[in-house]
Order: sequence, then structure tokens, then C-alpha cells
Amino acid sequence: MKYETNYTKLQTYSLVLLRWLIGWHILYEGIAKLLNPDWSSLGFLQQAQGIMSGFAGWVTSHPTVLSTVDFLNTWGLIAIGVGLLLGICARTAAWAGAILVFTYYLTCPPLIGVEYARPVDGNNLIVDKTLFESIALVVLAVFPTSAVVGLDAIIQRLRTRRNGGVK
Amino acid sequence: MTEKRKQEKTNTSNENKRAEGMKRRTVLKALAGVPVAGLLGFEILRKTNYEADKRKQIVRELGLDDIEFPKMDYGNAKPSGDLIRLGFIGFGTRARQLSHALGFMHPTDTESWKKRKLLNDWLQQEYLNVAITGICDVFDEHAQNGIDTASNKVRPGGDGAAALPVKRYRTYHEMLADDSIDAVLIATPDHHHARIAIDAAKAGKHIYCEKSVALKEDELNELYETVKQSGVVFQLGHQITQSIVFKQAKEIIKRNLLGKITLVETTSNRNTASGAWIRHLDAKGNPKPGNEQTIDWKQWLGEAPYAPFSADRYYNWTKWFDYDSGMIGQLFTHEFDAVNQLLRIGIPKSVMSSGGIYYWKDNREMPDSLHCVFEYPDKDLTLMYSGNLASSRGRGRVFMGHDGSMELGNNAIITADRNSTRYAEGIQSGVIDPSAPMISFNPEAGQIDAVSSASERYYASRGLTTTTVNGRRIDVTHLHVREWINCIRNGNEPSANIEMAYEEGIACIMAHQSYVEKRMVQWDEVNRKIV
Repeated sequence: MKYETNYTKLQTYSLVLLRWLIGWHILYEGIAKLLNPDWSSLGFLQQAQGIMSGFAGWVTSHPTVLSTVDFLNTWGLIAIGVGLLLGICARTAAWAGAILVFTYYLTCPPLIGVEYARPVDGNNLIVDKTLFESIALVVLAVFPTSAVVGLDAIIQRLRTRRNGGVK
Repeated sequence: MTEKRKQEKTNTSNENKRAEGMKRRTVLKALAGVPVAGLLGFEILRKTNYEADKRKQIVRELGLDDIEFPKMDYGNAKPSGDLIRLGFIGFGTRARQLSHALGFMHPTDTESWKKRKLLNDWLQQEYLNVAITGICDVFDEHAQNGIDTASNKVRPGGDGAAALPVKRYRTYHEMLADDSIDAVLIATPDHHHARIAIDAAKAGKHIYCEKSVALKEDELNELYETVKQSGVVFQLGHQITQSIVFKQAKEIIKRNLLGKITLVETTSNRNTASGAWIRHLDAKGNPKPGNEQTIDWKQWLGEAPYAPFSADRYYNWTKWFDYDSGMIGQLFTHEFDAVNQLLRIGIPKSVMSSGGIYYWKDNREMPDSLHCVFEYPDKDLTLMYSGNLASSRGRGRVFMGHDGSMELGNNAIITADRNSTRYAEGIQSGVIDPSAPMISFNPEAGQIDAVSSASERYYASRGLTTTTVNGRRIDVTHLHVREWINCIRNGNEPSANIEMAYEEGIACIMAHQSYVEKRMVQWDEVNRKIV
């Protein structure tokens, strides 16, 4: 898990700021779902179009699968959000987040001729904010910062010390 | 100590110092995310409090503090009591839907539902512990459909479900004479409903009868008396009031949130050939099957005046007054039931109908544009119905009161009236916004949604097709037949019982008579007859 960075301060803190903002958003998405006992992904999945529609249909037609997906989604979002915000296993969290958010994008992509009954945030053509967030998470995974700003710094140091002191 | 060693020692201590210094900075940087997380926690708390406060304010303003919505026992109950053996009289499209609601499906439907990924949902439907053991239809193909449906083993309850032989009866009299049938579902064209139901009640069979309950006043009176005397459980085929939203709307009405209601507007718009009851062609445009060899035409006509066999009459019977009362019988019946279940309006004092055949200029008698006004002077209320078969614009079903209005469909949206007396203060202080729904019920959530966000408001304005009970999507017709079956078992009164059916039947016959006779029709309450 050890990685070295040679960013400038400005580069580091810009990336940290991005990590915090996305962490904040994803953590709140998870907590909001947790706080609302009636939340379910049913409505979202029913709208599924394109390559994910088969999977979404399978999920919605099996109540136990649906509740499992809801549970995993809520806690997955919380875990990813905490990871990004506090910088714990932040690289893993960023990859997991990128994949999860990208599946959201694939479930309801803003393609030409594809229409959704759900309200859409802004005007989107192929690219939307979900896709952005997914790719931003890829950037965060590729340019990690949690070894500098984040609990990973401590974890990494403790691990290094156990492996034979500062080198 | 040599100089070299001294130098080394100093270097080491400097390094240690540097290391310690870095450690402090490292720890501080490592923990930099914690205050951000703390800020998020604080903001979440603030938001939760704000929403709870706002909701509390509205709920208090409306006096809904102690509101309780009926929890449905759906899905909890194990099949109880003895197996109930059912007979279908008439097995067309509606009977197929009723079979689904009972837990039976034709093999071709199971295939297509599987393809459409709906089958699993349906298989989760509560097992009612019933068996379809009798089918009666004048058309061989429909009878065979019924037998195939009743015998299909793919059904809720799985292998544990009862599997009894299914018998075809040539006439409904034969079925009613058979002791091995406990209850019947009547899903024939409307002109048979009352006669068959009367005979079924006399034979001691419980009855689920599709609307319209009766086309003639004397038949309706006879049915009412017979059912009352026989003690059989009678349920009229309405399903929309089984929606969970309806039970919530009932609470809204009970608490007088709308103030004095003086006008209820009900509508139905459609704009297709099938919606105008032109149904003798299949999806590919070919004539549907059936001829005089396979259809017992004499029996189909029953007590209706003689007419030579035609596929048009057989499939599109709604077009003629001998078999039905058009939009009144097919569509307004549901509207009346919805309003009567909520407001218990009963039989109107007078009805005035008008309309005409303005679009579907075929050989029909029924109007395709029809408007009926029902007056209830004792209740200070007008019920309006307006139907049109050449426009599919949705106009909803609206209850209008002095303090607010409620649009009731698959969801209930309550909006405060801008000139309301009751909410004047709330509107003034900004707690209530008369330009947006004040409360809406999200059937998916099953609770009051007093703070309606943009997306919630959006959902409320759309309809949902099924109701949701304890987080599961349920077919409302299933709930309606289930209620009937439960009442047969425990002796309770179903919601669309013979009293409700009678009131509805009279209101519909009055509306139809008014259209045909082009005059206002009155109800003589003393002699209990239409004048």
C-alpha cells in the first residue's frame, strides 16, 4: 500500500479538496438512504435502460435480491465516503467508488432517444454529472493523496515501522 | 568519544528530532479529514432537525399529530380455513385478470410474463387457498382457456397449492346446482350479471360480480332482496379502492382537512379503438375466433332481444344498450364506487346526463362523449362525471372543499385553497403554500410526505399502477378478491357489498335513463324508485 508522491503542495491540496468533496457527497448519499427507512432503489432500477436493464429487471423482480442490493448500496456508499473523507484505504475506496458510480451511469445513461420519468438534474447529452464523478474517482485512485493527508499516512508509517523502521 | 562518534551522535539526535517533528505534522495532516467529516455530521443533524421541524409544523397545523394509517396484514397471514372451490361464469379477458388475482394463470400468460420478468413478482402473491373447479362459458375456446388456467400448476403456493379437477359446465344453472362449487365469479357481459347473481344467491353461492351490477331497476331490486335474504357474501368487482392511498384518503376526509366539500369531479378519457370497445380484431388486425358453431349464441343473448349472430356484437357488446350502459357501466361505476367509499354519498336526488356520438361513428348506440351531473341537495354536494373516448388527456378525480382540494388517483395530492378559512393563518405565515401540494401520499413510502421536495412533488403528480403494501407491489384486484375470500371465511362484510352495489346500480341506471330519455331523472326516496 506504500506509495510515494512528488506533487507540489498546490497539486496535493487540489486533489485532497476533490477527494473531500466527493467523499462528502458519497457519504451523505449513503447516510441519507440509511436515515430514510422507506428508501429503495426500486424506482431507480425500474427506469433502467440499455445494457444494465436486464440486471436491473432481475433485481427488481426478486424482493430478497432487491433488499440485499439496497443494503450493500447504502453501506457501500458509506464505506467509500468515509474512506475518501478520512483517507482510509482511500485508493481502494476511490476505485470502488468509480465502479459503483459508473454502474449508476450505465443504469440510466442520458443517451439520445432514451427518456426517463424521473426528474433529471440539468441538461445532459451522453455526459452527465454521474459520469464525471466516476471519472473524478478514477483520477483520485490514480493520483493518491491519503498517504500525505489522510489516515493512510499513519497506517503506512505504523506498517513500515513494524517492517523494520524508517528506511 | 572521538570527534567522529560525537558528530554521529549529534546527527542521530537531529534526525530523531526531525522524525518527531515530522510525526506531529504527519499526524495533523493525517487527521485533516476528521473535522471535514465532523462538519458533515453537524450539517446532517441540522438538516434532519430542519426537516423534522417543518414537517411537525405542517402536521400540527393540520391536526395530523395523532394520525394513524391502517397497517395491512398483507402477506403475514398463512392460508387459513378450508379450501374454497370457485366457479367462473364467463371466461373472457376480465376473467383472465381475475384468475391472476386469485393465483391462476393461463400457460401462454405465464410464458409472456416470464419474458417480461413479471412472473416472479406474481408468484410471490399471497396464496389464497382457493381452487377454480368450474368453468362455464358459451364459447368453447374461452371455456378451454379457463380450464387450462385453472389446471396450470405454475402458481403462488407452489406444489403445496390445491390441485383439483376442473369441470366445464354448459350452462350456469348446471354449475349453480353443483354442491361442489362454493362460490362463483361472474364475468359475463353486463346484461347477464343481475340474473346470474340472483340465481347464485338463491343457490347459496357466494358471489363476486363484475360491474355493472344490473341494467334494469327491477332486476337490481330483486338482486338486493335475494342477497339480503340469502346471507351469501357479495362483492362487486371494483378494485381501485383497495389501494393503500385510498385508505389514507379516507383518513383525510374523516379529519375534514378539505373543509366542506361541495363538488366532486370524476373523469375518464381514452383515445383508442379498444378503449372505445372495438375489440373484434386481434393485435395483427385479423378477426378474432368464434362463430355460431363454437358460440352458443342463444345462451349468450339470454334475456336480451333477439339479434342475429355477429362477431361485432359478441366482442363489442358494450356498444349496444341491450347488453350494457356504455361508459356509465364500464367506467363511471368505478368512479362512483371511489367517491361513495370515501364520502358515503348514496343514491343521488337527481341526475342529468347529456352527450352524443361525436367521434366513433360506427353502428354504436352508446355515446362516446358523455357528461352526467348527480345532485345531492341533502349533502350540499354535486358529483360530476365527464367521459370522452376521443382524447386521452388525463383529467383526474378531484374532491373540492372550501379549505383544500384532493386529487385522488394512484396517489393522493392535497392542496390548500388559497382562500381557505382554516389555513388562512398558515398561508399568511408561510407554513403552507397554496400553490404546491400541501401533503401527498407516496404509496411507495406509506407515510405522510409533508415536505414535498421537487422530485417528490413530481412523483405525486404521476400515477403508479399498483399499490405497495409493506414494501411490495401488489395488484389491487388481488386485494379485492382476497377481501371477498376472507369475508367468506370469517363472515365479515366486504367493502363493495350489496348496499354499495345497490346505491351504485341505482345511480348508474338513473344516469343512463337520463341520457336515453333526454330528461332529468329523480329518485323517489319514499317509494324507493326512479321517477
